[in-house]
Amino acid sequence: MYRHATPFDRRRLLLGAGSLLLLPAAHAVGDPSGGDPLGSFQWPDLRQEFLGAGARVEFDPRVQVRGPAFAEDPMNVPISVAVEGLADIERIVVLVDRNPIRKVLEFQPLAGTKPSIAFRFKLEQASPVRAAVRTRDGVWHVGGTMVESSGGGCTVPGATRKDGSWVQTLGQVSGRLFDSLEGPGARLRLRVMHPMDTGLAAGIPAFYLKQVAVSDPGGRELLRLATFEPVSENPVFSFDLAGRPSGPFRVSGIDNNGNRVEGQL
Amino acid sequence: MTGRRRRAAGGALLLTLATLAAAAPGRPDPATLDYRLAARELAPGVYVVEGANADFEPANGCNIINTGFIVGSEGVLVVNTGPSRLYGEQLRALIARTTPKPVSQVLHLNLHPDYFLGNQAFADVPRLATPATLDGMRAEAKAYEDNLYRVCGDWMKGTEALLPDRTLPTPAALSLAGRRLELRELKGHTASDLVLIDQASGVMFAGGLVFVDRVPTTPHAKLGDWLASLDALQPLRVETMVPSHGPVVGDARGIEQTRAYLRWIDGSFSQAAQRGWDLNEVLRQPVPADFRGWAAFATEYTRNVVHLYPAYETRVLQRR
Repeated sequence: MYRHATPFDRRRLLLGAGSLLLLPAAHAVGDPSGGDPLGSFQWPDLRQEFLGAGARVEFDPRVQVRGPAFAEDPMNVPISVAVEGLADIERIVVLVDRNPIRKVLEFQPLAGTKPSIAFRFKLEQASPVRAAVRTRDGVWHVGGTMVESSGGGCTVPGATRKDGSWVQTLGQVSGRLFDSLEGPGARLRLRVMHPMDTGLAAGIPAFYLKQVAVSDPGGRELLRLATFEPVSENPVFSFDLAGRPSGPFRVSGIDNNGNRVEGQL
Repeated sequence: MTGRRRRAAGGALLLTLATLAAAAPGRPDPATLDYRLAARELAPGVYVVEGANADFEPANGCNIINTGFIVGSEGVLVVNTGPSRLYGEQLRALIARTTPKPVSQVLHLNLHPDYFLGNQAFADVPRLATPATLDGMRAEAKAYEDNLYRVCGDWMKGTEALLPDRTLPTPAALSLAGRRLELRELKGHTASDLVLIDQASGVMFAGGLVFVDRVPTTPHAKLGDWLASLDALQPLRVETMVPSHGPVVGDARGIEQTRAYLRWIDGSFSQAAQRGWDLNEVLRQPVPADFRGWAAFATEYTRNVVHLYPAYETRVLQRR
């Protein structure tokens, strides 16, 4: 029956069908989610803003994003990103469709660091959480998961901001190297003390860590991380390394007020 | 079948009927916002008002707590006031239908929201808590209101936190004419956990220290203190134990269950932190089948991990 439809009718029919999920969403003309497997209407805009209007983008099951089904503590939603079987990775960008601040972090795994990262972030309301992985050929490979929430993670002050204790610990670095969870290699876990104020809690301006890098004793950078307001207070990051380099590792960083972070693990 | 066996079978049947009878009125009606509260007499003058053994949900009215009341010779002591103004009002009406004695005082066993958000219905009587509990309620009340409004919706209509208006002495003591009551202040589930025992009947209101067939809640937990408190409860003579969450039981099973769970959490979280696991990996670790079968497992275990794991993690990350 589509054969006999006028172009106008056809568009209308397809729209109707798309909304009933009878067609593969990626091909539905006028699909307001732009083919997003998570069906988010914010996706086309997110894609344009953070990946670029003309970017080549693929939803790719090799990019695995794991989180809790429900954000029991919206101030600390644990997310892990792992990429298996994808080579030449330049960087991994984590985006949250329905957060007031949508970019959470950008991670560059360098010498010997695997393309995987775990961290916690602040979620304002139920939303897809995505990792967009850019490979050297310029393609963005996108994976994601949905996290439900009763809301309120970005607009309330963190615990150390509420009680004022952040001033005593600002910029402190701690962490350790562990055996790999499976197989050869190692895991590096890192914590940097910072209130990570979003600027969205009344009367508290944005104050957050912007960059963190880790290098080995020879000065070779293992990873670079750009962090944004939604990363949780006193962030803890986990990284997986292909080998087991010996330390001490140097951690350096800076926040948006110019405070420098320096530490050794 | 011997006579003894037949009696045992009859007892089991009676118990089943009693369980069914207790379950029937406990289905809240969202259309009329009626919690359908029912008072069950555990011993002469000692009543429990049972909530669902579940997690906060609009379908159960967010009524997941066992409150209670004890009738003295001159007045009634109310143990916790439930999650909302409506609950408090319906609890007070239930007490009035059950006994002609007036409500004379309210006791809060800890600071958690469903222990005191029904207080507006008891504005005219003394409301007692320990100093630590009062401080905690004062700090958390606003967040509790916001959170329960979000989760429970209409059931929370008109609810505003009304705090206790007097503090108990240390060590905590309480009097109710015509009753011998024993009050113990322990800690670990929160900074101050009261346990109330009616001496004549051996009914214990164990508050938040003991969970029965239900995953313990841990937003203010300190596991070492909590385990020590369970050890302190173990030798007490108890005929009937009323946990705040989970069914009323006639044995110490709730103490054993809570202890086993807390020990497992402590051991597995320590090990996970030493192995460098992230929160997400702890969330996905295998959990013993017994625990997985308890009420609210899916949501409460996630909360346990989020509340408790960061401290284990920090200890390991900061070790030099």
